[in-house]
Amino acid sequence: MTAYVLQRLIQSILVLLAVSIVVFLAVYGIGDPIELLVPPQVSAAERAAMIRRLGLDLPVLQQYLVFLGNALKGDLGRSFVHGVPAVDLILARLPATFELVLLAMSLAAVVGIPLGLLAGLNPESRPSRAIMAGTVLGFSLPSFWKGMMLVLLFSVALGWLPTAGRGETVSVLGIQTSLLTLDGLKHLVLPALNLAIPNMALMIKLVAAGTSEAMTQDYVKYARAKGVRPKRVVGRHVLRNILIPVVTVAGMEFGSLVAFSTITETVFAWPGMGKLLIDSIYQLDRPVIVAYVMLATLLFVAVNFLVDILYAALDPRVKLTGEMV
Amino acid sequence: MTSPLLEVRGLKTVFHDLKGAWPAVDGVDLIVEPGEILGLVGESGSGKSVTGFSLVQLIDAPGEVVAGDVMFKGEDLRRASEERMRNLRGDRIAMIFQDPLMTLNPVLSIGEQMCEAILEHRTVSRQEALKEAANALARVGIPSPEARLKQFPHEFSGGMRQRVAIATALLNKPDLIIADEPTTALDVTIQSQILFEVQKLSRETGAAVLWITHDLAVIAELADRVAVMYAGRIVETGTVDDVLDHPRHPYTLGLLGSSAAAIAPGERLRQINGMAPSINSRPSGCPFRPRCERALAICSEVDPSPQSDREHSYRCHNPVPEGSTP
Repeated sequence: MTAYVLQRLIQSILVLLAVSIVVFLAVYGIGDPIELLVPPQVSAAERAAMIRRLGLDLPVLQQYLVFLGNALKGDLGRSFVHGVPAVDLILARLPATFELVLLAMSLAAVVGIPLGLLAGLNPESRPSRAIMAGTVLGFSLPSFWKGMMLVLLFSVALGWLPTAGRGETVSVLGIQTSLLTLDGLKHLVLPALNLAIPNMALMIKLVAAGTSEAMTQDYVKYARAKGVRPKRVVGRHVLRNILIPVVTVAGMEFGSLVAFSTITETVFAWPGMGKLLIDSIYQLDRPVIVAYVMLATLLFVAVNFLVDILYAALDPRVKLTGEMV
Repeated sequence: MTSPLLEVRGLKTVFHDLKGAWPAVDGVDLIVEPGEILGLVGESGSGKSVTGFSLVQLIDAPGEVVAGDVMFKGEDLRRASEERMRNLRGDRIAMIFQDPLMTLNPVLSIGEQMCEAILEHRTVSRQEALKEAANALARVGIPSPEARLKQFPHEFSGGMRQRVAIATALLNKPDLIIADEPTTALDVTIQSQILFEVQKLSRETGAAVLWITHDLAVIAELADRVAVMYAGRIVETGTVDDVLDHPRHPYTLGLLGSSAAAIAPGERLRQINGMAPSINSRPSGCPFRPRCERALAICSEVDPSPQSDREHSYRCHNPVPEGSTP
């Protein structure tokens, strides 16, 4: 186990290093932030001073090395636009995104797993066909359009839910959350649903495929031959086996939603990390973009690690051992 | 004379496809007396496994049991409700499957998989169930059973897993154990150990066993009576001594002749010519006729009905003369 953790740690550092190079070069390539940051009426001397102050006068390789040196000390740079550390800016937005994604993934699991089981157990039945047809819709509708339709239906036409924003929040242990106020929850429902729909579809597909495959396995027939009740055959024998792929996908989806729920946050004006990313890209706020991608990478690495540990808990055949390949 | 434990009459199980319903089991009659071991022997595709599953109503679509009576302790299982069948399965009628590597759920512990067989039928505490499971494991010769219960199937060898399956079958002291080729996937030394255990346990507990196999040597070693199956029906049945020493059906004779023990060392292994007919191309008349050396004109027209000679019955127009040995 220790060897395994150590091995994963080294892997993670290499991944972070590779990502930092790619991102740094990419943001360098997309444009010169000075044009956006410096007002046109500023004198050439002031302009040059500004460029020097932001470190943009150095060649790209040197800029990268400065960044890397600071990053090792835990400093991912200051926002060009806001003048505060980029990491603080991102972390301040994290709770909003996190609660959104948490609700979305729970919704996807709570709805997706039972529907998937239903569809997998009787693939030929009418409800199953309807569910599977629904998944195609869930996958293929673009997020921004679906978001706008939800707003049109539930906010504009029915007037049940607010159109945008985060609503009232309360502070729990220093973190602002809208999960604990009625107004906050009302604001949360639509964006969470919008994020949940494609994941619901994914869960249904995964669980349905897993179930219909598991039902043909000998261990299911054997359990029935032992006189095990159908409920237990499905709920224990089958579900336990199909949870393994479900956990993998849910973990990866969780990471990608936290990092990149940009479109939904934009449509619903949700003040989360995704909204920050898109704003930073518009303003060419390089340190924030780079810091954002670095943190997202870190998140993925962490989630993957967590998934591996969950695997070992779910599947007794999996042993976490450090094998250097 | 006591009534038999299991009496099967005219059992017919078909498999549906777009072109029709094909009988895998086509009018099987079987009798199992309490405490006896009946060997059901036949080659692949003869319908012996389907027969086993049909008895406990575990045939899934596209298969369907369409005719016959399955009388178990005076109760017709064909007319029993699904809940009644669930109550019988694993309790009065236990099953052991062919491949021990596939039948145990890989992600559940041995203890859980054994205990559920108890807890789904009786109201005892989990501790009590675990104790019974440990006793059953000890009985089939698995050392340190308490520790073994906490382990998972992948930590057991094939032979050990089959012992687990046998121990599980014994948990509720069943009246009948249906064993579907339980030693086929095991190597020969393990096989004879398992056979010995089953014979011993059957005697100790009084459980009758329906042992399904393609291996006549196993039958000779284990069973009291034998039923030979071909193309979905029983072609010959009787005591092991009668049938194996004095076979009357040419198919049984062929099977016996093709075993390695029947020929001199160095001689080429004999085999029955041709292949067993597939489920959708059964010949008219006697299904064995195209492969039979003793076939007569009548064989292609009239399906022979069973004729019996004391306890020994066979379906053949031109049976092997009495007294000839394989």
